[in-house]
Amino acid sequence: MPEPTPRRSFWARVTGQSPFVVTLFALVLGLIVGAIVIVTTTAPVLDAWRGFFSSWSGPGHALKVTVDNVGAAYRIMFTGSVFSPATLWHAITTGQGWTNALTPISETLTYATPLTIASIGVGIAFQTGIFNIGANGQAMMGGIAGAYVGTLIHLPMVLHLPLTLLAGIAGGVLAGSVPGLLKAYTGAHEVIVTLMFNYVVSAVLLYTLLSTALQAPGQQNDIARTLDPSAQLAPLFGTASGLRVNYGLVIAALVVLFAWWFLERSSLGFDFRVTGANPQAARASGINAKAVIILVFAISGGLAGLAGVTELAGFYKTLDGGFLVGNAGIGFTAITVSLLGRNKPIGIVWASLLFAALGVGGRAMQAATGIPLDLATVIQSAVVLFVATPVLVKEIFRLRTSPTAALQLATKGWGS
Amino acid sequence: MRLELRGITKRFGTFTANHRIDLTVEPGQIHCLLGENGAGKSTLMNVIFGLLQPDEGEVLIDGVTTRFSNSGEAVRRGIGMVHQHFMLVPVFSVAENVVLGFEPTKSFDRLDHQRAREEIRSVSQAFNLEVDPDAIVEELPVGLQQRVEILKALSHDAELLILDEPTAVLTPQEIDALMAIMRSLAASGKSILFITHKLKEVKAIADVITVIRQGEVVGTAQASDSEAELASMMVGRDVNLTVTKASVTPGDEVLAITDLVVRDDRGLAAVNGVSLTVRAGEIVALAGVQGNGQTELVEAIAGMRHVESGTITVKGVDITNHTPRQVLDAGVGHVPEDRQLHGLVLSMSVADNLVLNTPRRAPFARHGSRNLAAVNENAEALVTRFDIRTTSTQALVSSLSGGNQQKVIVARELSRPLSLFVASQPTRGLDVGSIEYVHRQIVSQRDDGLGVLIVSSELDEVLALGDRIAVMHAGQISGVVDPSTSRETIGLLMTGAHVESADA
Repeated sequence: MPEPTPRRSFWARVTGQSPFVVTLFALVLGLIVGAIVIVTTTAPVLDAWRGFFSSWSGPGHALKVTVDNVGAAYRIMFTGSVFSPATLWHAITTGQGWTNALTPISETLTYATPLTIASIGVGIAFQTGIFNIGANGQAMMGGIAGAYVGTLIHLPMVLHLPLTLLAGIAGGVLAGSVPGLLKAYTGAHEVIVTLMFNYVVSAVLLYTLLSTALQAPGQQNDIARTLDPSAQLAPLFGTASGLRVNYGLVIAALVVLFAWWFLERSSLGFDFRVTGANPQAARASGINAKAVIILVFAISGGLAGLAGVTELAGFYKTLDGGFLVGNAGIGFTAITVSLLGRNKPIGIVWASLLFAALGVGGRAMQAATGIPLDLATVIQSAVVLFVATPVLVKEIFRLRTSPTAALQLATKGWGS
Repeated sequence: MRLELRGITKRFGTFTANHRIDLTVEPGQIHCLLGENGAGKSTLMNVIFGLLQPDEGEVLIDGVTTRFSNSGEAVRRGIGMVHQHFMLVPVFSVAENVVLGFEPTKSFDRLDHQRAREEIRSVSQAFNLEVDPDAIVEELPVGLQQRVEILKALSHDAELLILDEPTAVLTPQEIDALMAIMRSLAASGKSILFITHKLKEVKAIADVITVIRQGEVVGTAQASDSEAELASMMVGRDVNLTVTKASVTPGDEVLAITDLVVRDDRGLAAVNGVSLTVRAGEIVALAGVQGNGQTELVEAIAGMRHVESGTITVKGVDITNHTPRQVLDAGVGHVPEDRQLHGLVLSMSVADNLVLNTPRRAPFARHGSRNLAAVNENAEALVTRFDIRTTSTQALVSSLSGGNQQKVIVARELSRPLSLFVASQPTRGLDVGSIEYVHRQIVSQRDDGLGVLIVSSELDEVLALGDRIAVMHAGQISGVVDPSTSRETIGLLMTGAHVESADA
């Protein structure tokens, strides 16, 4: 008797089991969740659904209004963050309005730049089995250090800009090394120390901004001097282009390349990955656990610091009390982005582009339709939740797992 | 009880663990189920015991088709199972453990200790299984703990007893005692299904032998069949069971351990004053029941556990309390006891695992950048030389069978210049074919002048490989003997008796 072939669903055959596909479906599910939120919170749509049974045209009307509203919201999200075919076509045919056509993608890239750098830092730590929840504080420290060098020292750009960036990295290394040293030598749990360190750095930020050293002259508020132009990351296409995307993008690209080489090709990166995958085997193989912990915190913190100073020198230009606070807290978003990108450099690039696009597009949607920006956050959160629960996504889309090719979660838990 | 399996098939996804298995256990019969690890023995037991549902086929008890939806139903129907890992509460007394789940109670739901005790006494007496009902389980030797498990099954009126690899943790004397118990139970009409991969035990006790391989019954055998015949049925090809060794001419000392004291995780002295030497071109086999300090001793040699006092020298160089890196660089190769925990990174490729402790050694890396071409070349060469069965050098090491995972570690350790080779439980969980291979490798390294220290709880392995046998008990060496020493003497040493009294 021939072996009965096990049931292979359409999706399983078409898509295989790659993490990329699961992420894509998670995005679709996230958009569906967003659509439900739109339907239940937008008055005209809700009204249309209330009239579902009131006439023969009720159901059709309800569906139409739903599709119209959700469609409009998502269309504007896309055109506001990637490009609008109409304006792009206009620019191509007439040669006019290029700024208009390219602004959405430029904005997305601008937001993605520091996010990518910070997420790479968090991702390298995750791959080593370390939870760096303190990336935001480390980025803030990078911004503070960058502000010192960028406002108090005056030099030609060839020296000033690199020095400012280096100061940012140094600030991040400093903020990251404290938890690293504490963990290596006392066994203090990095999650608690890094988390608490965020508050310490927040207080340092406000303190320095209100001190006479950094505060802009004549100011009573928590606002610093503006960085010297020689310490700023200039717009990539010149100030005249009107596009905000800046040379930070080049830095981010270099960081991605470095991270790929580091994790995939370097001996130290190999030690890191072995430590992350199996700390006991790492120890038995002669890897110095203390050194790895100290180094990974320095590298992860340094990258977070670089992200902070890139954000300052390329975007804010002026350090103030709102730097990386609340929604702008890229160091926190970086944790989610890194998980979404499965802690791999290339995955992180895609994940941070997605997050930046949802944020930028969400703002455009809020302006055009009145649907609050928070919808973007709902979608972001839903996507991450679905990615974190691959089993659920596979069940919903009937992506069956073979017994050997089970998808691995990005991290293993609150490991030490 | 008469148990009959007809055409049992169990699949997990695309993997078929059991394929159309037929098997009959007659009342009063000791039926051995012989198969390698991963042959599907445990799956089949779980089907019988109601923990898994078969996809096809049926289970008949005394001729009646039966389907258990959980193990409780199986217990009530008279099936008892003694698991490989005991299901006992260590801090409870024997009586409490035996009645657990079926406790006799007095008024107000109070536990009736008196009745529990009596129940145990009556079952003990009926089957001649002496255990003190008031003893605390964790204070009993392993052999007695197992007896408690058997008592527990019998007190639930088990008519069929399933014993899953019951001898793995026992000393030779305890194994003999267990066999006696099994015989007397069978004589009183109980049916026994005995699962094992150890040929000696099968030959000693079986009435009927069923051999399974890759989830299918490959045939039945008689206890009178030779071990070689049984092994080749189990593996599917001829295997060489005896280790052939040339006589030994040991050279200089490569490992010298003096008065070593090492504490375990609880802070107790697990190794308590051990002195031991290994010379070049010699295999020293360290025998002993698990948990007598062997693990801690090897960890101390490998630099993974702090040495309290005493010294360890390799070729005259003191490596006491050196880091694992320094120990590796001193030329110590180490096959750890738990290969998946300490020896491999399962989520990495075979090639990466083959350079796990030499990633910076030329030509695998230069200036901090790895040379993946050299890493892969190394992997291709070792996969061929050590016959590692893998689809590719880039395959994850987790996709390999246990035997091939062990070959990866052995290949890695033996591919760098060594003066001492330490292997802890080198063949645990391996199939006969892989055991044969690993043994040959170890002997050939000895012949090439390497000093070898083997730690094993399998007496057969110790006797087959060792040029000298050191027996460890309670953190101390209770004797160093010649491999021609009788199993009984070594067994006594494993319980802590000294050689003089053992010979007397």
